[in-house]
Amino acid sequence: MPAAQAEPKGRSLWSDAYRRLLKDKLAIICFWIIVFYAVVALAAKLGWIATPWDRAVGPAYSPPSFGAFELWLGTDIFGRSVMYKVIHGARVAMSVGLVSCMISIPIGVSLGALAGFYGGWMDDLITWFYTVLSSIPNILLLLAIAFVVGKGITAVYIALGVTSWIGLCRVMRGEFIKHKNRDYVVAASSLGATNASKIFRHILPNVSHFIIISLSILFMSAIKSEVILSFLGLGVQGQPSWGIMIDDAKLELARGVWWQLAGATAAMFFVVLAFNILGDSLRDALDPKIK
Amino acid sequence: MFVYIVRKLLNTIPIIFGVAIVIFVLFNMVGGDPALMMVGKHANAQRIAELRAEYGFDKPQIEQFVQYLKQIVTFDYGRSYATRRQISDMISDGLGPSMSLTLPAFFLTTFLAVIIGLVVAYFRGKWIDKSAVVFCVFGMSIPVLAYILFGQYFLAYKLGLFPISGYEQALSERWQYLVLPMILWVVVSLGYDVRFFRTAILEETGQDYVRTARAKGLSEQKVFFKHVLKNSMVPIITNVVIEIPLLILGAFLFEGFFGIPGIGSITIEAIGNSDFPVIKAMTTLFALLYIGGNLATDILYTLVDPRVSLK
Repeated sequence: MPAAQAEPKGRSLWSDAYRRLLKDKLAIICFWIIVFYAVVALAAKLGWIATPWDRAVGPAYSPPSFGAFELWLGTDIFGRSVMYKVIHGARVAMSVGLVSCMISIPIGVSLGALAGFYGGWMDDLITWFYTVLSSIPNILLLLAIAFVVGKGITAVYIALGVTSWIGLCRVMRGEFIKHKNRDYVVAASSLGATNASKIFRHILPNVSHFIIISLSILFMSAIKSEVILSFLGLGVQGQPSWGIMIDDAKLELARGVWWQLAGATAAMFFVVLAFNILGDSLRDALDPKIK
Repeated sequence: MFVYIVRKLLNTIPIIFGVAIVIFVLFNMVGGDPALMMVGKHANAQRIAELRAEYGFDKPQIEQFVQYLKQIVTFDYGRSYATRRQISDMISDGLGPSMSLTLPAFFLTTFLAVIIGLVVAYFRGKWIDKSAVVFCVFGMSIPVLAYILFGQYFLAYKLGLFPISGYEQALSERWQYLVLPMILWVVVSLGYDVRFFRTAILEETGQDYVRTARAKGLSEQKVFFKHVLKNSMVPIITNVVIEIPLLILGAFLFEGFFGIPGIGSITIEAIGNSDFPVIKAMTTLFALLYIGGNLATDILYTLVDPRVSLK
């Protein structure tokens, strides 16, 4: 136990975690990789780079060459730039990650908080609901929703959003059960705090680090699922997606066209790797038990 | 014990009922008219009316729901829209090919992952451990589709080590088609499994009983393989069951790519054909299998870990 522990001034969990995270060089690199993807995605969305992606920039299936930027990864069957498609694939992947997290995190947090805080029939009902949903294997539920809502990026948002909140909900429920009888909550309620203020002002800040950790995991799984859904033809339509590019590559490989597969795979590999490592570091940094 | 099992069995009834409601609402209500979804572009009024009559879509919702519950109990899901075959026959035909790929691959992966997890946890903090963790994270980050395409293209097509795809019913022929998907399966799942088992085992090594075992002079090997391994069985079993849904995902892609006529291939084809009754039957079937798997774990727990109370 280092002597620094004895210092009288307390530090909050967040500043503590932030300090620990800054020391983790690898995590910082991963963070900037993700920021880079986000910036590229945003720039593509705003039309600043890689536009238009669906214009022929050379003959069909020309191999990568280090001349113009748009030819770095060669061209596809219609002579379109694979580089541009990879960039727009990143736009689709990042938007799917972002939107599905914006749907699933509020659902997971609020249902978990309600179940854990109130207990009783509320808990029974919510537990029953997520047990039912988690009984239907995720990929089939995804396929079913995407199939029913109709193909397209909206279906992917909805399907991922409404299927991926269960893990976070379980964690939140457990934490709220643990925290609701802690001294600080009892103190708050003896001062006349309402249930809403206990949930949002007192307990939620104390368990919010779980939301950050699951954000990185959810974002990554959303990206992976989007690729598989698009690959199966249920994902985005009429836009480039890493999944569709890999699907195209299935037939192209036999003709020696490897760059579309390589581009999509590499793009996906680095962002998923960054999320994997950052997620681990966040867990280490934010878990007060590990010091 | 018997009472415990019966109670667990009864507990699954509301879950199964819930699954039936979710699937029914999803398929028969959210998506609008199922008959329209099935015919798609080639819709004409007469064809739609026929379909409605055949699958009972013209009846009141509640009657359709009761009909669906009946299907779940009797395992008779009617006929496929695309192939006109009895769905239960399609499933029982697909079961053999699916099982002969998934079961050996799954057990091999779990076996290897537990062994590697143990070795790595034994050398915790040393270079073996550190490099294994790096390998795992890298392995986990490579998309499954890339593994499959790479294996199929290089190992099967370029080097000719394996058939590219296909399947034979005869057991003596069957294995050669299954080797490559099985190897790829193991490679794909090993990263996640090893990392998980390593963590599970390391969590045990900090416990009091480990210190006690060391204090009474047991060798490190004995502490590890006798005491720690037994106690880390609980998280290991949980993980094995949690992986069943992932297993199905794996089966999907592997069966599709390697032309193995299993449940996964049938489902992918059904999605391509908008074969509504088949997709619904498959979703139901897998949910039931998953509930069964969970039930089995709960019962297994009590056998493996006497601390799990039967209350």
